[in-house]
Amino acid sequence: MTSINHRSANDIMTLSRLGSFYQSKLSFLRSFIREFKDWDFSTDLFELDENGYGTAVYSVKKNDRIYSLVCFANELDSRDRSDRVIATKWDAAFVLHDGIPSEEDIIRLKKNVPKQEVGRVSYKELTLSRANKSVRIFEHTVEALASGNQPDKELISDVGYLYRTTAVYGSGKFGLADRYRIKDRSEICGPFRLEMMLVYLVRQFTFDQVNHIAKSRNPSNAVKLSHDIARNLGIGNSTGLGMAPFIVNHPTLLHNWIYSREEALKQIRSIQKVDIEDFKKFKECFEKSKLNIDTWKTDSEYQTKKIQRLIKDLDSFEKNYLLNIKFQENLFWNKLYLWVAEHLSEEGTEYIVSMLMEPYDKIVDPLIQNMSSDEDLFFDIPGERSVVDLINIINKNYSNILNIDFNSNEETTNFWFISKNKEEPRVANRYEENGSTLEQPLAIARDISALLKRLNECQNTETVAEFLMDNNDLRHAVRRCFIIEKFPYSEIQDNIIGANLVPIDMLRLKLSFFGAQKFDPRSDKWLRINMYQGAPLINELKTANDTWIYNRL
Amino acid sequence: MRTSSEIETISKRATRAAGFPWGIAEEIGKNIKTLELLSLTGIENLNLYLRSVKGKQVHGPKEICADNSLESAAYCPFYTGSALLDSANKVEEISNLTFHSVNFPILLIPFLNRLSEKIGKKILLRIDDVDFLLNLNKFISVSKDFEGIVIESAKIVRIEVLENENSFSEKIWDELYDLSSETFVEETDRLKENAAGAGLADND
Repeated sequence: MTSINHRSANDIMTLSRLGSFYQSKLSFLRSFIREFKDWDFSTDLFELDENGYGTAVYSVKKNDRIYSLVCFANELDSRDRSDRVIATKWDAAFVLHDGIPSEEDIIRLKKNVPKQEVGRVSYKELTLSRANKSVRIFEHTVEALASGNQPDKELISDVGYLYRTTAVYGSGKFGLADRYRIKDRSEICGPFRLEMMLVYLVRQFTFDQVNHIAKSRNPSNAVKLSHDIARNLGIGNSTGLGMAPFIVNHPTLLHNWIYSREEALKQIRSIQKVDIEDFKKFKECFEKSKLNIDTWKTDSEYQTKKIQRLIKDLDSFEKNYLLNIKFQENLFWNKLYLWVAEHLSEEGTEYIVSMLMEPYDKIVDPLIQNMSSDEDLFFDIPGERSVVDLINIINKNYSNILNIDFNSNEETTNFWFISKNKEEPRVANRYEENGSTLEQPLAIARDISALLKRLNECQNTETVAEFLMDNNDLRHAVRRCFIIEKFPYSEIQDNIIGANLVPIDMLRLKLSFFGAQKFDPRSDKWLRINMYQGAPLINELKTANDTWIYNRL
Repeated sequence: MRTSSEIETISKRATRAAGFPWGIAEEIGKNIKTLELLSLTGIENLNLYLRSVKGKQVHGPKEICADNSLESAAYCPFYTGSALLDSANKVEEISNLTFHSVNFPILLIPFLNRLSEKIGKKILLRIDDVDFLLNLNKFISVSKDFEGIVIESAKIVRIEVLENENSFSEKIWDELYDLSSETFVEETDRLKENAAGAGLADND
């Protein structure tokens, strides 16, 4: 019997590989839809003026549990519209409230939510966000509907959203409820589920708002946005460097995400007798998914090359493998995967890995429950362990990064810091800018190398506790060693301060787990994406199938 | 109200800004969150301590002994607490430890609370004349009203690892056991024969 192992962390946890990940059945958008498809959605308040400014409340209910999205749409001078996190005004601001907001709550939230970071919310609120209209299609859509027509399908497909969020906050920020208050609720056991709920409800608000404005402009002739077009619209998102440190600062969470993906792949590859119906489903999803690539538009040379490589890979897969092979049930997926891993690039391989999950709800669904992490459980350093143990852990788990020469400027070019103006992560050249003394502890590869050197030099200590008494400057690195010992996918096996760093690879890793599509880098430090494009509308949720992500006009 | 997440983040950054390493700052972020959840004066003690030591050299123990003192200096609660936590087995083995002169000793409490959980034993912490009973990181009881208290320095800090013992007499236990046994069903001979999975004799 063939024994199939997980892919090794050394192969998977490189930046180039992680920056080639795609959405899959494990992605949080999709697991949110699966979890909430039998909940009741309703519009509880919709008080917008003829220009679409005002307040709306949407609720999601099941048994005694209710979540409410409170929306505030404001007039915004076009000169003030900015996707940057440093913006202070937005077209709309949103908050997810725990339960039904009272009138007092709405008054309180109206004073604070539009201010975002400089406002203050309470433990009764769960997530917070803001968004700007798409200049390219919002007004076009309103005008078309007001004239009794549907908006231009091609334009809609090119852009893909009416609104673009620029941040979604949760977990104790700006007064929001701490995670521990709500972590035992079964419906939100998957990571970022409340953030996903907020974005999904915001999407509905954008449809209702364009319909409302169009009707106000031309009450007798206006038509509503067709469901087919609405379904093809998601919510855009502009993502900057803020997400990159997250995956370094939450090692056990990162492990649980990657492990779930690797475990799914391992279980699928291990299926002895593959059902031909599952193969048909794989082929069907594969065919439909290619439409997403055809409508993937970007001005980024970096991303364009990746897309071209992906198209080439998928063509090769189809012509040289898929169309030639005779289906044989015995370990079919494993043979397919081995061919893919040998012949395709990382981009193409990870695309197919995502596709392989499509027929297998039974494998994927149980894994989703393990994609959160109680990080405090693994925080303490086992000081009683020996220095020799620690050296062995490093040699075993960090072999990729131990050969990097951190004495060279090339490998230490960048440093990560928190900006004073906006308290957001940034990256800069340490040899050209001031501030590297305030560097954030994200240069894990460099610090692990330093730790190993120090450990090899220390003669007189036996236990980690004794070592740390004189070496607390490397305490953060020691902690990570004991985490990676238990969680092999907890660490990026690459140098994230080198001159060749492409930070958007780190963003793409996280966004792929969110379920984002159509990565559109606007520089090497920020990108735009689309969420929920193709997703069922609220009134379609109960009968929706999980392959909605491949639906297109 | 400030959230736990904000308390952890700001405490961590402030500790780093005062000159402590990131690994220590991570510990302090978690600790201050705990102190505040327990309504102890974490933020205030931290703020005063960090301001008092910013840019100065501070000291922790170089080894853990029964009797610990530094020449003409007081112990830093961060380095002392982390050394105690890292050396949990040794602390348990020594079981009675004294530290002479510790700055802002309230900041030691969360380290010892975590230590108590790690070794599975209660710890009695005495800061000069105030006793704290630390119970497996579950709760802390204090011998006097402690609200809003800042202790800038303690002459003597004593740490006693308590052996796990009952806090009740056997007589009280027996009374409670008798009450609990009222949930049992009296077994007839027939039940003895048929209701258990095994035979009447264990060895048949």
